[in-house]
Parts: sequence; C-alpha cells; structure tokens
Amino acid sequence: MEPYLKHDSVAALMDRSNVDTDQIIPKQFLKKVERSGFGIHLFHDWRFNDDGTDNAEFELNKPAFKGARILVAGDNFGCGSSREHAPWAIADYGFNTIISTSYADIFYNNCFKNGILAIRVGQEQLDKLMAEINANEGVRFTVDLENQQVITPAGNGFTFEIDPFRKGNLLSGLDDIGLTLKHVDKISAYEVQHKQTFPWLWA
Amino acid sequence: MQALEYAMKKTMYEKIWDSHLVVDEAGQAPLLYVDRHLMHEVTSPQAFEGLKISGRKVRNPHSILATMDHCVPTKNRHLPIADPIAKKQIETMADNCHENGLNLYDMKNPNNGVIHVVVPEHGFVHPGMVVVCGDSHTATHGAFGALAFGIGTSEVEHVMATQTLPQKKSKTMQVVVNGSLSKYASAKDIALAITGKIGTAGGTGYVIEYTGSAIRELSMEGRMTLCNMAIEAGARAGLVAPDEKTYEYLKGREFVDGVVPSPESFADEGKRKACEGALAYMGLTANTKITDIPVDLVFIGSCTNGRIEDFRIAAEVAKGTKVAPGVTALAVPGSYHVKKQAEDEGLDKIFIEAGWEWRDPGCSMCLAMNGDELTKGQRSASTSNRNFEGRQGKGGRTHLVSPAMAAAAAAAGHFVDIRTL
Repeated sequence: MEPYLKHDSVAALMDRSNVDTDQIIPKQFLKKVERSGFGIHLFHDWRFNDDGTDNAEFELNKPAFKGARILVAGDNFGCGSSREHAPWAIADYGFNTIISTSYADIFYNNCFKNGILAIRVGQEQLDKLMAEINANEGVRFTVDLENQQVITPAGNGFTFEIDPFRKGNLLSGLDDIGLTLKHVDKISAYEVQHKQTFPWLWA
Repeated sequence: MQALEYAMKKTMYEKIWDSHLVVDEAGQAPLLYVDRHLMHEVTSPQAFEGLKISGRKVRNPHSILATMDHCVPTKNRHLPIADPIAKKQIETMADNCHENGLNLYDMKNPNNGVIHVVVPEHGFVHPGMVVVCGDSHTATHGAFGALAFGIGTSEVEHVMATQTLPQKKSKTMQVVVNGSLSKYASAKDIALAITGKIGTAGGTGYVIEYTGSAIRELSMEGRMTLCNMAIEAGARAGLVAPDEKTYEYLKGREFVDGVVPSPESFADEGKRKACEGALAYMGLTANTKITDIPVDLVFIGSCTNGRIEDFRIAAEVAKGTKVAPGVTALAVPGSYHVKKQAEDEGLDKIFIEAGWEWRDPGCSMCLAMNGDELTKGQRSASTSNRNFEGRQGKGGRTHLVSPAMAAAAAAAGHFVDIRTL
C-alpha cells in the first residue's frame, strides 16, 4: 500500500445520500479474479449511457472534476454489499479521500485497507464544503492527514477525528497482516486454550 | 417496537467479544479470534492471490466452509457456464480450495447452495462463535446467537493468514418486538418494518440484539431472515439470544402504510430529495395504493428467504392459483437440500402447476449476476434483501416482500395485502 501523503487536489461533489456499493461497482464487474482495473467501471450505470458514451448529466463526468482525488458525498456512503471491489474501483479511478457525514461499516473498513482516507464530518460542515464546490467547481482542497486537517480556499477548513491505528497504517502504508502476525504467539496460546474448552470444534 | 441503547452490565455482544479477544493493547486495534470463516467465489479470489504473493498459508483450514453461489446458473447446470469470466471465477474457487485443503461444496455437490442457507443446514455455526464471510449477508447467523458479520476481501485474506481480525468494538442496540404475528405476516415483515423505522443507516456502528415475544415466537428460519436484514438497517450484525429473557412489554404497531410515500412527508430536505429520486426511478406516484402496483417478475429465494419454511408458506398461498398472464415467477431454493426437502413434500408440483419455474439453487435474482435478471423498467416482487437501483438488472425496479406476499403477487399480477387472505 502507498503511504498517504499530504496533498492538494480537486474535490468532486456527489450530492446524493445512500450511495450504495451496487452503484459504485455494479455486479456484472465482480466476476474478475484480479484486484486491479475496476476504475473504468466505477459508477458504470450512472456514468455511461446505454450506448456506452459518457452521461453528461452525471456529476463525475463534469470537466471541472477531472483528476479529482477527493470525493465529497452525502450521508451513508458505501451502504449495502461488502464487495471490496467498490474501494478498489474508487482508488483505481484516482480518489484517495472521501468526505461524508457517515459510511456503512464494512465499506469504511475496506477503504482503509486500500489507502483511502474516509473522513467523517458533521452535516453543517458538509453543507459548507458542498456549497464551496458548487460555487467554484474545480476548487482544490488540501488534505493533511498527519495534522488531521482539511484546508479550503474559502476558509471552510476543519480538523477531523481518526482512529490512531488507522492513521498510522495509512501514513506508513503498512501491511495489516504483518502487524497482526507479530502477535502469533498470543494467537497460538489462545488456540491451545480454545481447543481444551471446545474440543469438538476442532474435530 | 422500540430501539434503544442499553446500559447493562454485559450484553450478549460484549460476552462474545470478551471471550474472543486475543490482543487488547493500547495503541492498536483489538484482535478478535475468528471461529468460522465462510466463503464464496466472488469475494475470495483476490484474497487467495494476496496470500500466495506474500508466501502465507491458511492457518486453520478446518475453520472454513466454501460454496459457489453468486455466479452459478440456476438452470441447465449440467452444461458448461456460458459466461467465460464467470467460468474462470468458478474454476479459480475450485483450484484455491483444492490447493489449500478447504471444504468446498461446488456447483455439482448435493450440499451446494447459497452460503448462508447451506451453513446452518450443516450446523457449522454454534452459539457464542465469531463468524465472518466476505459477504454482507453474513449477519444471518446471528440467529444462532453467534456474532456474524460481513468483511471485505483484504479481511478475508487477513483471517485466512491469522485467524483473527483487528476490530473496533461496535455499539449495541436492542430492538424489542412484542405481540403476535397474524397468519401470513413473517420475520421479513418485522425486518422491513424495523428498517423503515430506523432507516437504512439507523444501525450504523451498532450490533442489534433482537428481543421480545414476537422474536421468541419466530422459528429459526424466521430468525435467520430477521438477522440477515440487520445489515439493511446499517448494523454490523444482528443477534437473537439462544436463551430467553423477559423484557418490558412494548405493544406492537402497524408498520405498513399501504401507500407509496410522498416526498412532502419528510421534513428533512435530504430525505425529501432521496424520496423524489426513488419515486422517479421506481416509476411510482406518491400515494398510489401498494395493492394497485402491477408486477412483472416474482422471485422467491436468496439467503434472506430461500429456506424450506419460505417455500412451504409460499406454496400454501400459491396452491391452486395460476401465475397471472405476463408475469414470470421463479422459485429458487437456497440449496439442494432445500430443493430436495421441498420436492419430498410435493411443493415443487404446487409451484409448477401454478406456472412457476422451479430452479436449481443459487443467489439468482437477488443480485442478478448469473443471468437471471430484470430488464429496464420491469418491476419485481422479490424475497431478497436489497431494492437498490439496478441490483436486479439495470433499470429494474425491486419491491422487497415476504414469501407469502410474493406468492400472492404472482397470482394476482399485482401486490396483495396478505393480511386479507
């Protein structure tokens, strides 16, 4: 995983709530056995017309949002299916930051496994950010994970909360499994006791 | 019905949590031990690939039960899979399970079916366990008093390599449902009513424990349906205690409005906008009576409602009826065991005589990966769990119902209030 560095980038706006993972990456693209190449299918059913051309009505197709790495979206983002193909598609498309009032649990976890910083803000703060993007499409925000800060040109910046463990992993780009395996002795000890208590589960 | 955060000494969730903590140290996420790991073909290949690349092994192969369900055709199963990408995914699953010595119920195995139907059939989950699967519908197994939740593919790899998961402790929510259900009302109706009341994100960050006399009266199948739908209210998991407790009696309310909601009925602007969008997508007008809405396709199946009890009650309603002209009706058992049991009871004949298609098991129309799907503008009555845009086919319109509602809709060609049957 790439370490998450301080960056400034175009912030794209999806002013919709309950954006579900079925929309983020529709099921017809889940048959692949690889992790890569999902970005071209991101939001497929909204993004493209039936003839395969770009749907000009879809917000992420706006020229001002080209190259955006920050996605500002409505409440309950990423609800529904557990498919990690959703954050794979989001990251592959180019986003590394999402700002919303809330996320579905599994999606939220999946983001951090894939180098995506999912920031939670209050409704009032989100409204301000949305208004700033609406007033100035193509506006660039700065995201500083180290200091847990977002800075915007119109002064709508804020600090955000994040679990220190997730923060550390994003900043270092560290492998979760490697970290857990440092505790392999404790896992083995747990299993010894578990086998004694519930032998039939190990038959 | 009432949802409340409870200040108790230890909730069932906390008991399971505490008994599975392997590491709990400051400065890092608590590590939770995983007893059972369920698998299917869609969310696992990239995890096996990651494991191979890093030179790691599956720590406890016996903790894993795997099936093939999402991409499998529900007819002409003896023929090779026509879709080459789906075929490769199925073959990859078989190879991965073989290489790692995992128990796989493949497409032709008589134990095959939807993972969350198959697992309880085989008693693979017990009360007090921690159960995970790369699938959000894993909440199903909370019916057994097990902490069961969906995970992503990176976490699938993590569990295979370490038998643990770094976890953040959830908040707990108790949902009390008291009273008795009328004849055709079911766990599905309770689940939809709860979701309607607390919203699709109402349970985010929580594990829900369902209690109350109506819950205690539910069969195991009913409890599975109920817990399966916990995720649709945003919850991480649902739990039904295997032991009984007494809670304050809360009188049940009537949950079905009977008409399409109007955007004006929402005070919150975001919800109003969402409602307008939903009505446009669904091709519905506010205040239309639900029973006036016609259906094109009826689907009974899925890990929510694809068990024997679901086909029994649907067959009871379908018996002696005929599928309405222009309507397609699919009965897709959750597993071969369910299919065989239903056939032993003669339920298949009831469906076939009523004009239904009696299929082989699989996820089928629930997410329409296998070729069973709605075309643009078509409307379904579906016993699955999600009415998301395009889930059952691009432009398809999904109405979530119980098996009895589905069977009644197939015969009438429109929705029916089953309380009046």
